[in-house]
Amino acid sequence: MTAAALNVLGAATSPPIEYETLLPFLVLAGGAVLTLIVSMFPGRFVQRALTPIVATSGLLASLVLFAIQLNEPPELLLSGSLRIDDLAVVFSLLIITAALVATVLAWRGSTVREAGSGEFYALLLSAVLGMTLLVASQNLVTLFLALELFSIPLYVLCGADLRRNRSLESGVKYLIIGSLGSVTLLYGLAFVFGATGSTGYAEIGKAIATGNLADDALLLVGVGLTLVGVAFKASIAPFHQWTPDVYEGAPTPITAFMSVATKAATFGLLLRLTGEAFLPLYHDWAPLLAVLAAVTILVGNLGALGQESLKRMLAYSGVAQAGYLLIGVVVGTALGARATVFYLLVYLLMNVGPFAVIISRERAGLGDGLTGMRNLGREAPVMAWSMTISMITLAGLPITAGFVGKLFLIESAIDGRYAWLAVVLVLGSALSLAYYLRVVAAMWMRPVAKRTGRPGRVAAVAGAATEGGAGRFPELVAIAVLAALASIVIGVWPQPLLDLATDAAEAFFSLSN
Amino acid sequence: MNSALTLLILLPLIGATIAALAPVKQVGQIAAVMTLVQIGFLVPILIDFQVGVELQAYVDEIWIEELGIHYALGIDGLNIFMVALTVFAWAIATFWAATKEWEQPRMFYAMLALAEAGTIGAFVAQDLILFILFFDLLLIPFYFLIGMWGEGDRRRATGTFMIYTLAGSLLMLVGAVAYGVISSYQNQTEISFLLSDLAAAPVGGSTQGWIFAGFALALLIKMPIPPLHGWMPITYRSTPLPVLVVLSAVVAKLGAYGFLRVVLPLMPDAANNFQHVLLVLAIIAIIYGSVMAFSQDEARMVVGYSSVAQIGFVLLGIFVLDAKGAEGALLQMLNHGIVVVGLMLVIGFLAARSNSERLSEMGGLARSAPIFAVMFLIVALATLAMPGSANFVGELYIIFGALSDQFVYGAIATIGVPLAAVYMIRMFQKSMHNREHAEGRSRELNATEFGLLLPAVLAVLALAVYPQFVVERIEPNAEFTVEAYQPSTAVAGGGGAAVSKEADE
Repeated sequence: MTAAALNVLGAATSPPIEYETLLPFLVLAGGAVLTLIVSMFPGRFVQRALTPIVATSGLLASLVLFAIQLNEPPELLLSGSLRIDDLAVVFSLLIITAALVATVLAWRGSTVREAGSGEFYALLLSAVLGMTLLVASQNLVTLFLALELFSIPLYVLCGADLRRNRSLESGVKYLIIGSLGSVTLLYGLAFVFGATGSTGYAEIGKAIATGNLADDALLLVGVGLTLVGVAFKASIAPFHQWTPDVYEGAPTPITAFMSVATKAATFGLLLRLTGEAFLPLYHDWAPLLAVLAAVTILVGNLGALGQESLKRMLAYSGVAQAGYLLIGVVVGTALGARATVFYLLVYLLMNVGPFAVIISRERAGLGDGLTGMRNLGREAPVMAWSMTISMITLAGLPITAGFVGKLFLIESAIDGRYAWLAVVLVLGSALSLAYYLRVVAAMWMRPVAKRTGRPGRVAAVAGAATEGGAGRFPELVAIAVLAALASIVIGVWPQPLLDLATDAAEAFFSLSN
Repeated sequence: MNSALTLLILLPLIGATIAALAPVKQVGQIAAVMTLVQIGFLVPILIDFQVGVELQAYVDEIWIEELGIHYALGIDGLNIFMVALTVFAWAIATFWAATKEWEQPRMFYAMLALAEAGTIGAFVAQDLILFILFFDLLLIPFYFLIGMWGEGDRRRATGTFMIYTLAGSLLMLVGAVAYGVISSYQNQTEISFLLSDLAAAPVGGSTQGWIFAGFALALLIKMPIPPLHGWMPITYRSTPLPVLVVLSAVVAKLGAYGFLRVVLPLMPDAANNFQHVLLVLAIIAIIYGSVMAFSQDEARMVVGYSSVAQIGFVLLGIFVLDAKGAEGALLQMLNHGIVVVGLMLVIGFLAARSNSERLSEMGGLARSAPIFAVMFLIVALATLAMPGSANFVGELYIIFGALSDQFVYGAIATIGVPLAAVYMIRMFQKSMHNREHAEGRSRELNATEFGLLLPAVLAVLALAVYPQFVVERIEPNAEFTVEAYQPSTAVAGGGGAAVSKEADE
């Protein structure tokens, strides 16, 4: 009897651990630890080269390990608390790519030196680990653990420019408001657990569907608070107010990482929650989220209009983009999920380029203001072209990835009977043109007042070859150019990313149906 | 796969690439010569063109399968002359630009070429999304052309131009996607944005209304038709003249073309319901444009507002929903494009002589320039639709069409005809006759100017002598497009439009 009881006990306390499938997560965790250990050794070589190399290898290894699992049948891990399906894999690939870009952007920057390169990279890797776990989690407990695992390192990273007040302010602000979001979420999760009696997404979904809980006040409050908590993290209006300050103050490589990866992680979570756990309540939350999407698009685009700081402008534009992304969630269909995933993939392409350009201007001592962009077209035509293409694709003009992304969102909105949201989306896009083009105008068009004589008759000026100081940082030029090129290529030939998005959406919706 | 049209779209870009390899001073000349290659390429397409409603040089490849978007191109009577006009106007604009110096010439000519590629693409696209894609693509090069090489308050001009046109065309995009999605729902078909597929499976009459509104808004802004013309004055003032040639002569026609290619075949019920709204707008455009053209001092604004009036005639011709009207509209789109090319050149030459584009600062310029005066007069008389000109034929078709179906509108529109004479003769008199202005100096056209203006004048004359060449090629398509609207032929079944009407009743 005792042997059998022990057996049962043993099985209860230590669930089987699928090390092989968990490997990409373990590599990230191991990478973070190894980065810290390596960075303890003194010396310029270790700090400047070896530590980033260890961190980058960790990210790359994890990227490859995730990529191998693409198109494999979904697998439940750790007693069903994680699910490795194409949704998790695609989002993880996206997040890790964003982190890789951030490491390149941060390399040779002042932040890494000030914060200590070991700490910087280790925190980045932990944040990535948290995000990848979040998009794979299947259970409220894992959800919260993963969320905090990525939030806390980000609080620290935002304040990593130790000698800059704005950076510290950014870190503290993010800590306070982020914690508020976490608390709201946690509160919501508790209510949901209280109402349904389970923590697994699938079980919650079943409990709601079978238990006739659609009118249960406890549950509805829980769902509402949970969604609000996620909205905080995803900078969905009216819970977005922290975004501009934090984005502006944080070290720019971290802003670049956050703008893409946080969005991906939280939208991954949102898709899982709305498409699985809360799906039976679709008619309760969908109209609510639809209104939030419209408000977010409006607030983001209006907020971006007058910004002089490009990082603030991109923060507001990020808010607006969150509104677009929300449309795919609102419709609650496979088409919607596909559109959201596709747009997130595209968002990575269109968002990292501008940050690379901003960093190059910051390192040239010009700051992140619109004035720093002046005459970039002459000084650094390659950077200026990349930035131009990125702005055009963010605005969603044709033959760019942004156009195709918006096309899918519009299609899913109309298909899901939310045509009015599609109209809001395009009006927002038209509005967004005003501030994206301001950047383009600053780069290419000289102020009218300075012109003399007949227009267009001034002697031709040969483009300067120095790339405005960006030539000293070829890695920044490379990222800006690659991002711009990819935006155009995907705009003409969207199939590869589309296949990824389709896989992600299908893996997920086959479960809920 | 028939690659003729693809190549036609790509040729400007190839030309710009070759020109960019040349030394800075020669970029313009090379770019200009490359436009001759396009003409050489277009001529066989024009010659091979068969009279009939079938699409020719047709290409249809799946582009984005998940959304049913095709890469489909084709030409027929509706767009063949628009494509020809595009290539013609761009060739003249490029040659003209090559006589001037521009900052960053490589970028200038690349943008000019990109604009041409987009325009040709929009005219030949046979897929709804592809059409909108090209339609919007145009904005990017024009943004740079006006913003970087423009005059006056060009940044505000570009902003206004972009936001106006993009707001419209994005709503059109929503309308287009809605059309495709709803069409596939209602008819239980695979989603496809191919125009022929959509025409075969139109959406029901009640859903057509708001989709029509989105399309009409975008197209009317582009044309532009008052009260949606707010971008026009400021944009015209800021656009460099060679760019204004193509903007005014060709791009504005895209709006009218969109009605004929997309709106009439796909939304017959809505077109019928909103017919009177559009007709009233057309009348407003004719009267308002004529009156404004008469009161302008800047020569280019006279042409700008006269274009509003002329495009009003085109809109009238389209929305009388009658074969004669549509035919007249198509003919008038071509005629007006050609005279605008001539008029813009004339304005440039006038300004070179009097150092101003203001009519009040011109005068007596004809004194020692008889050839210039004659050529200007030919273009001016064609613009005011002098009997004997092709513009006369075009306006006649439109007004006949209007009088036979919508008598009141036709009668009011007739006022526009003498008004055109008033503003064009005023412009001619003020600049060429009257007392010589102190600043100005009458001078005959030099060889370059003559060479630039001659093709436009010859085109005007050729059309005047033999409009039949154009008319017989556009006739079948003009009839086919409005066939569904003829009560007598609706029962005989003229494509999807008639089917949907029956289904609704």
